[in-house]
Amino acid sequence: MKEYRTITDVSGPLVFVETDEPIGYDEIVEIETPDGDVKRGQVLETSGDIVAIQVFEGTEGIGRDASVRFLGETLKMPVTEGLLGRVLDGSGQPIDGGPEIVPDERRDIVGAAMNPFAREYPREFIQTGISALDGMNTLVRGQKLPLFSGSGLPHNDLALQIARQATVPEEEESGEESEFAVVFGAMGITREEANEFIEDFERTGALERSTLFLNLADDPAVERTITPRLALTTAEYLAFEKGYHILVILTDMTNYCEALREIGAAREEVPGRRGYPGYMYTDLAQLYERAGRIEGQEGSITQIPILTMPGDDDTHPIPDLTGYITEGQIYVDRGLNSQGVAPPVDVLPSLSRLMDEGIGEGLTREDHGDLSDQLYAAYAEGEDLRDLVNIVGREALSERDNTYLDFADRFEAEFVDQGFSNNRDIEETLSIGWELVSMFPKAELNRIDEDLIEEYYLEDEAEVEA
Amino acid sequence: MSTQTTAHGQIESVSGPVVTATDLDAQMNDVVYVGEEGLMGEVIEIEGDVTTLQVYEETSGIRPGEPVESTGEPLTVDLGPGLLDSIYDGVQRPLEILEEEMGAFLDRGVDAPGIDLDTEWEFEPTVEEGEKVGPGDVVGIVEETVSIDHKIMVPPDSEGGEVTEIEAESYTVKEPVAKLSSGEEIQMHQEWPVRTARPAAEKQTPTTPLISRQRILDGLFPLAKGGTAAIPGPFGSGKTVTQHQLAKWADADIVVYVGCGERGNEMTEVIEDFPELEDPISGNPLMARTTLIANTSNMPVAARESSVYTGITMAEYFRDMGYNVALMADSTSRWAEAMREISSRLEEMPGEEGYPAYLGSRLAQFYERAGYFENVNGTEGSVSVIGAVSPPGGDFSEPVTQNTLRIVNVFWALDADLSERRHFPAINWNESYSLYRDQLDPWYEENVARDFPELRQWAIDILDEETELLEIVQLVGKDALPDDQQLTLEIARYIREAWLQQNAFHEVDTSCTPEKTYRMLQAIKTFDEAAFEALDAGVPVDEISSVDALPRLNRMNTTEDWDPFIEELEDEITAQLEARY
Repeated sequence: MKEYRTITDVSGPLVFVETDEPIGYDEIVEIETPDGDVKRGQVLETSGDIVAIQVFEGTEGIGRDASVRFLGETLKMPVTEGLLGRVLDGSGQPIDGGPEIVPDERRDIVGAAMNPFAREYPREFIQTGISALDGMNTLVRGQKLPLFSGSGLPHNDLALQIARQATVPEEEESGEESEFAVVFGAMGITREEANEFIEDFERTGALERSTLFLNLADDPAVERTITPRLALTTAEYLAFEKGYHILVILTDMTNYCEALREIGAAREEVPGRRGYPGYMYTDLAQLYERAGRIEGQEGSITQIPILTMPGDDDTHPIPDLTGYITEGQIYVDRGLNSQGVAPPVDVLPSLSRLMDEGIGEGLTREDHGDLSDQLYAAYAEGEDLRDLVNIVGREALSERDNTYLDFADRFEAEFVDQGFSNNRDIEETLSIGWELVSMFPKAELNRIDEDLIEEYYLEDEAEVEA
Repeated sequence: MSTQTTAHGQIESVSGPVVTATDLDAQMNDVVYVGEEGLMGEVIEIEGDVTTLQVYEETSGIRPGEPVESTGEPLTVDLGPGLLDSIYDGVQRPLEILEEEMGAFLDRGVDAPGIDLDTEWEFEPTVEEGEKVGPGDVVGIVEETVSIDHKIMVPPDSEGGEVTEIEAESYTVKEPVAKLSSGEEIQMHQEWPVRTARPAAEKQTPTTPLISRQRILDGLFPLAKGGTAAIPGPFGSGKTVTQHQLAKWADADIVVYVGCGERGNEMTEVIEDFPELEDPISGNPLMARTTLIANTSNMPVAARESSVYTGITMAEYFRDMGYNVALMADSTSRWAEAMREISSRLEEMPGEEGYPAYLGSRLAQFYERAGYFENVNGTEGSVSVIGAVSPPGGDFSEPVTQNTLRIVNVFWALDADLSERRHFPAINWNESYSLYRDQLDPWYEENVARDFPELRQWAIDILDEETELLEIVQLVGKDALPDDQQLTLEIARYIREAWLQQNAFHEVDTSCTPEKTYRMLQAIKTFDEAAFEALDAGVPVDEISSVDALPRLNRMNTTEDWDPFIEELEDEITAQLEARY
């Protein structure tokens, strides 16, 4: 392999090298500094004689005397079932002191797009044991459902609760393995946060069925652009070669996007909104779209990316572009969190796009869809009235309005606030829902089919309120 | 697509989907094959000896020095029998064939013809030997699907002439079905460059609505056959569901659905659902009138840019046969972003928010290809275009929404507030508009009811009044309003909840004929009249709004046998209110 000592420029995370042979786009590069450090990078742009390289581990120590080797292939992830139970760093090297990884296969980390014709539409209900999700924003196998959160909010606890409790009741009943294997990709989170995940996985024994990729806050930022790709390549192998049902947790997507912006700025690209690159939508889609099911295949990939919205603003490009790609979103709310609601999920702006196909008769229960619509409508009305009550006071409101206000309070206290360690099955979630809507007279329940009202309505609740 | 090549060059540089080549003799927009793997691309800039290409496939591993070959022809689509009931990527590669050839994941460097070249079709001539035919004239018919007769036409760029030979038989698409005196052979297969509109004789003013069976659309903001509409909205507000509803229920002959840079699972849903669903007009499977183009968000960005052109060219082809075609593009924002991405890699001077300066003109060119046309062969056909727009942060002041609104005549504004409270379709009735209302009124008067326009105006007035009153309520509470205004709020609530809301997932409510739309609104008007009479007679508002029959207004939508139900309900509401005084 030819070595070059022809670096012309070093600029931020980028290195420019003169070459006398053609170099492939996206190819992997090793750069050795004079004191023997080897850093890896990737070709960002190639032309006849000059190549731009993005260095994953940072360009510290690289000067014009460093030597550059082009490996002649694009970045690959060595995959094997043996990756389960292992902890790796952000570029895929083991850091748990375990044995070396003997790969079955080496896979390109970019990952080809799934042919929409080969996909199978996700419709298997995942019971997370969390009412705000199961009842109102149901997750299904093969979905990508991000948590929209903010700094200092307990999104990690929520993600862990999902990872711990998620099961597919249908398969559990028929005695099949319904647990998920977890692939965890961390980008720029703190050591403390990472430990929180590792300890929880160890405590519950989930670590054996997990692969962890850790790029921590003090690891190089550019490496963050490959960590999720390594994680998803591993997930695809486990799901579609080995038949596992995989839950991929990616955190924190905000750090990932900042790394993209850093590279874009270093390349002096024309920036899009707020300095993020114009291709960020496509780039994020290439990660998020790697969730799903394939027709005739056993395994599946369900994705829970976590992002912290800068300034809790969901119109910021990161949550905004994410929301346009993912199949819904779950909002972790600061107001509810300070009220002590756990998990603090704000159901109103939250949404699961795949819910309708995953619930109902034979899947969850016949009344599920109507009931959740009614809970939504009633909670939204209650929320509106809270604004009004601040101005005119409760006395100025009608009896009907007061019931809606009470409903909103009880909805948060009884339905949403269940604690991070409480695992409710879907029957329990739905019966709490019926207790709440039964505060209203039957005629008020315009979202629910009359037959269902006859079957599930609790007469006593309304009388108590009256 | 032709695979012969006429010119060779070498790659000079690679940066994502943008590749430059030297020594390539090619014209603007020519299709090229790039690198040893032969990745498909298109010429987008020529500067001296350097030609810039956009490549429709992933470019990892491609090196400078690899060959580039030009076909000397612009990007075209294959037209002919076999388009319907098919699903393509953005450059018309059939996804079903691609799956057979390369499995569940899309590999690169594989090409396949847009229509199957081996299938034989039963050709039935409609002209006789000796007849003269000109460009666009129909020479015969092929039953393409149970719903659609595919008309075989003389290509638009043909000279025409006298038919010397024509015979009923089965042919493949490349075999000649007719010979002309000029020596020209007519085959079922045609090619047309995607970026050029197919010619038509005259563009006319549309006067027939595209009935969507969605109450708020047909009732308040109708779209004409041959019209243009935009549906902007933040994520989660229901753009895709609305587009799907239109694809399912619109009374078009042909539907072309372009999934442009959107979710893979959504396209899968269409692929799985549509064959099971019935076409509301013919009762045949919905796919029998549908062509799908799926270039999902993770598929190559350059192919996303071309997908809308591929779609509209197919739509124009069916229009030429005299069909009414509806094209849904979901989402035009992703198309604009693809333009932006390519433009920024070309280091063009950016316009607003990094979009290229030609964004507005490209959008206008695209929407101008819609319309109600007299075709060159004398038939009439239409292309209606419904484009979803995904404004960042739901902010309608951004360039794609604004440039679109300058062109389209119907605006269906989706509203996150409505979707959060599960009011679907979440179309905001204050912001939306349709400029076709007046020119469509005669149709409604003749085909639905004489007083349809008046009834609609009544509903709009009530909703406007409600908006004003709610501002006051926010300050002083509802009880502070006078009785008649409280009653108006109550009536407006029924218009919103019982009429405007429509459940796309309920088997009955998902589709609502214009007649039912009219009668449902009339029932609420009946309540309005009876209620104000009761109020005048001294009945308090609380009593009026608590009569037993009223909540049944909310059940009209889900009642299958609606006619007797509504009639009985009107009588009961009136009787119960009259009983109070």
